[in-house]
Amino acid sequence: MYDVKAVRRDFPIFDNGLAYLDSANTSQRPRQVTGAMMEYFEKFNSNIHRAAYHIAEEATDRYEATREKIRAFINAASTKEIIYTRGTTEAINLVAYSWGRANVKPGDLIVLTILDHHSNIVPWQILATANGANIEYVDIDDRGELRQDQFRELLEKQPKLVSFSHVSNALGTINPVHEMVAAAKAAGATVLVDGAQGAPHQRVDVRDLGCDFYAFSGHKMLGPTGAGILYGRRELLEAMDPFLAGGDMIKTVRVDGTTYHDLPWKFEAGTQAIAEVIGLGAAVDYLDGLGMDNVLAHEREVTEYAYETLSDIEGLTLFGPPPSRRAGVISFALDGIHPHDLATIADRDQVCLRAGHHCAMPLMTRLGVPATARASFYVYTLKDEVDRLAGSIKEAQRIFK
Amino acid sequence: MSTPPSADDQFYREYILDHYKNPRNYGRLEHPDISHEEDNPLCGDVVGMDFRIKDGVIDDVRFHGRGCAISQASASLLTERLKGIPLDDAKKINKDDVLGELGIEISPARIKCALLPLKVLKVGAYGLAGEDEE
Repeated sequence: MYDVKAVRRDFPIFDNGLAYLDSANTSQRPRQVTGAMMEYFEKFNSNIHRAAYHIAEEATDRYEATREKIRAFINAASTKEIIYTRGTTEAINLVAYSWGRANVKPGDLIVLTILDHHSNIVPWQILATANGANIEYVDIDDRGELRQDQFRELLEKQPKLVSFSHVSNALGTINPVHEMVAAAKAAGATVLVDGAQGAPHQRVDVRDLGCDFYAFSGHKMLGPTGAGILYGRRELLEAMDPFLAGGDMIKTVRVDGTTYHDLPWKFEAGTQAIAEVIGLGAAVDYLDGLGMDNVLAHEREVTEYAYETLSDIEGLTLFGPPPSRRAGVISFALDGIHPHDLATIADRDQVCLRAGHHCAMPLMTRLGVPATARASFYVYTLKDEVDRLAGSIKEAQRIFK
Repeated sequence: MSTPPSADDQFYREYILDHYKNPRNYGRLEHPDISHEEDNPLCGDVVGMDFRIKDGVIDDVRFHGRGCAISQASASLLTERLKGIPLDDAKKINKDDVLGELGIEISPARIKCALLPLKVLKVGAYGLAGEDEE
């Protein structure tokens, strides 16, 4: 039995009655995560991979231990395939730069989707401009689900790269990743899955998925900001040039050339976010302790409750698919009330709600709205918080009547 | 600044909601002398203004756009103030004037909404990209 009240006790931020409904933006962190970071700062703060004294060995061990935890978390074949980045954005940029510049040729096609976050659009636009490639987007149907028929048509054009989100951050749509990856691989494409809203919320098995790259952020899965992950298939990573260059990513540097370090360190230049990576390891431990299947089940229960509760409110339009095919994200609009005004009114009730375009302006344009209000849920969300949101919505409707 | 009538909400005061729901000078002008539009990339608010200028005086002004109550009410209030005044005086309107006119406590998160119409006026009046008014 999943005990959400017990989970909440690990999150001091909830001690004063905050209703936090913006976890798709960034999650909260439990004491276990901040504690692991504090332990590093107070007991073995030092740089990794460089020093011979014992606290540096401890720091290095803890930093590298996270890599194994992440490997197991997504069932990658080797820790060589787990690259630390600052987050999903940097992970995608790494691929766009290191893999893209070398492999995408003039006239090549890149397939993205209208559901994608700006961080899975803009790096490819820059690459396409630099290398003379073209981009096409898979559209959505009226329920906010990707049009698979159109996706198959685009695959017939043999795209060089297919990149799409596991779960839409703006609508919560869970894309059929297995089928889409398999179809794209069969068409000969290299495939990146933007897992920023995937890995934090459900069990992910990258080998079962079969994608070439999978990117996600630590701060959306109870970890701190500044630590994220790029998973890449080893053959691809081995063949790629470094992204950032500098200290720690080299074996030898001579005045006439450099030998790069082995995987995964080839992609980790400069002093890393050590405390953050250690914190991310604690976050994975925490999620493993809860069990990702339990996490998914809890979120689904809250999402179904929220979907029903909000559906009952007059003048409220819900975007996206039914709860059975969506993650813990609900985007909606109110007649005559701009999302920002709703968010301001909710804030007075200590309800944190996102209002805006959610870094998905092409999707907002497609939906024909300038912005939506968005509530998103995670391991600690209570149905009571959904009721409080409904209360704030009714208060907004009363003010704007 | 006029004293707002007593209202039950300290932020969404009656006159703000009135300007939001019944915006003054809303629409477009045909053949405007100045026309400019700005958006707030953070939230997608859009405000545009058309001006007709006669002998250096704002003879007529209309605004259009979409967005939150604060950006739209601020635009509506600003157009009321602009009608009939010399363009040179309009250029002197600053952010304190606009915030004073709104007459409510604006949080940092919402200040861009409140000042978007002023940005439209400034950039439009000077005919070039103006400084950030924040």
